[in-house]
Amino acid sequence: MAKITLEGIRHSYPSDGREQIWALEEISQVWEDGGAYALLGPSGCGKTTLLNIISGLLKPTRGNILFNTDDVTETTTSARQIAQVFQFPVVYDTMTVFDNLAFPLKNRGLPKTEIIPRVHEIAAMLDLTESLDRRASGLTADGKQKISLGRGLVRSDVNAILFDEPLTVIDPHLKWQLRSKLKQLHQQVGTTMIYVTHDQTEALTFADKVVVMFEGKVVQVGTPQELFEMPRHTFVGHFIGSPGMNVLPCNTDENGVRCLGVSLGLIEKQPGKGNQLEVGVRPEFVFFDELGIPVRVNKVDDLGRYQVVEVEADGQILKMVVPESESIPSENPCISFDLDFTKLYRDGWMVDSEETA
Amino acid sequence: MNKLSNQRAWLFVVPVVLLVAFNALIPLMTVVNYSVQETFGNNQFFWHGVGWFEQVLKSERFHASLLRQLAFTTMILLIEVPLGIAVALCMPRKGPWVSVCLVLMALPLLIPWNVVGAMWNIFALPDIGLLGKMINGLGIDYNFTQQPVAAWVTTVLMDVWHWTSLVVLLTYAGLCSIPDAYYQAARIDGASGWAVFRFIQLPKLNRVLTIAILLRFMDSFMIYTEPFVLTGGGPGNTTTFLSIDLVKIALGQFDLGPAAAMSLIYFMVVLLVCWIFYTAMMRNEGQS
Repeated sequence: MAKITLEGIRHSYPSDGREQIWALEEISQVWEDGGAYALLGPSGCGKTTLLNIISGLLKPTRGNILFNTDDVTETTTSARQIAQVFQFPVVYDTMTVFDNLAFPLKNRGLPKTEIIPRVHEIAAMLDLTESLDRRASGLTADGKQKISLGRGLVRSDVNAILFDEPLTVIDPHLKWQLRSKLKQLHQQVGTTMIYVTHDQTEALTFADKVVVMFEGKVVQVGTPQELFEMPRHTFVGHFIGSPGMNVLPCNTDENGVRCLGVSLGLIEKQPGKGNQLEVGVRPEFVFFDELGIPVRVNKVDDLGRYQVVEVEADGQILKMVVPESESIPSENPCISFDLDFTKLYRDGWMVDSEETA
Repeated sequence: MNKLSNQRAWLFVVPVVLLVAFNALIPLMTVVNYSVQETFGNNQFFWHGVGWFEQVLKSERFHASLLRQLAFTTMILLIEVPLGIAVALCMPRKGPWVSVCLVLMALPLLIPWNVVGAMWNIFALPDIGLLGKMINGLGIDYNFTQQPVAAWVTTVLMDVWHWTSLVVLLTYAGLCSIPDAYYQAARIDGASGWAVFRFIQLPKLNRVLTIAILLRFMDSFMIYTEPFVLTGGGPGNTTTFLSIDLVKIALGQFDLGPAAAMSLIYFMVVLLVCWIFYTAMMRNEGQS
């Protein structure tokens, strides 16, 4: 068990002669002991790279990794006591399921008397008890992935368990089951878990804290609620939530921010420099109003639980989420924003704003 | 509804039938033909039944060459397969040295059989050859033209030199196709180098090694040119392998009947061993 600290981690993969491209740029991050974290981001944003750096499969180009207060940057993977589960199932083909699960323990020289009950415990947790004596290569893809998960969970002395999109190959109905099992397991054993995924539902259901990455940077760390209500970057707004946040170009005058041709009643606290000022508002915080910004309704998607309405104002397209019970105004529809959840972004990053009187 | 019968389709098979007939079936049938007949010259043949087969199967000479052949094949397999795997494991997986290593490995495979025989013949000559002279210089009495043991050592060495590369290249290809995740998982699981080899690399090499062993078995079991050029089957008969013996009977003594019978037995042995080996490997695969 350990608190994992990343200090100024940067990484670039060796490229022959071309300019150095940073797969990770400058990440400093503390993973508290016992936390359930999700590392969320689109493909190619450096999630796996970061994970491999933590587990020691990769050595970072710059920066240090600390477990509690020990610098482990130069320490080997097995000495770091990290468990890691990969995207595609890795099983040792010629071994039985039992031997697969026992493998990490055997390699560490544990006595048989400890291995056997431990393996049975994990097998029971993952519903593998019946296939313990079978050869691992005969199992289906999700059976194999369960073995991979089991090998990650079987060691009781690990500092952290890292999951690299472990449920990609699993059937949807099993996905739910396994994900809640993981969460339950986390509550039981209390080991730090870091879960890499590009699926927001997966991240939000599993984790206490979600770390959102974008183009090699950590753009926001927060609880699912924080990410939803206060996206610190327009990327977080887009990426989390379905549909994503509306981001609208705007400008300022003496009355504050003007957007879609009207004054929003919002000003930037400290007028900053930078080029582009934008307004971000989630579809959930846009509503039809008697007075407000006149719009034209383009499209209504009825999703059953709610309706997603696409409206157009001043040449901009917005999406809004309307409760199923509410009808869409047919004549001269107008919309308003919930100003508590309307944020200003300069060059993509959120800036402090306040409402005008 | 009745199936439309279209006999014209057979026409398209004709070229293949002709090709196979001329390059395999007809030559094989001539051999079968000789194997059941006896001749006293004048191009007159008489039915002899399975007499030649009985004679060959009972002959001491055939037993001796078969034994020599089996010993030789076993020996080179025992050396070439482990050695080939070892070399492949040592070869770099990335970087500029990959192509250098691959070319160096492929070189022996590109040399014609008789050239290999001639090369080693000269190389191992005790009076002028580099190898032979060196071994004698070390105080070991070595003369492959006169000592059976030296002849065997040289023949085996020559085959190892010529063909280990094949095992290396096949194994190397197999190793390259193992996904990185396996090695990463092994590092996470704290597996030793031996465990990585035993539980990851070896199982994943299963198929290529089956192919490598089959190819090496067949080739070495039919080896002719190299030992013929190197030792000529001698000293005495000590390196007379099956094919060398066969040629002696067929072309040296012109005993067509026994030679034909021996060819067929020889052919059946190769076929049988390959079939047994392949079936065993595949059954093993099926279980996994």
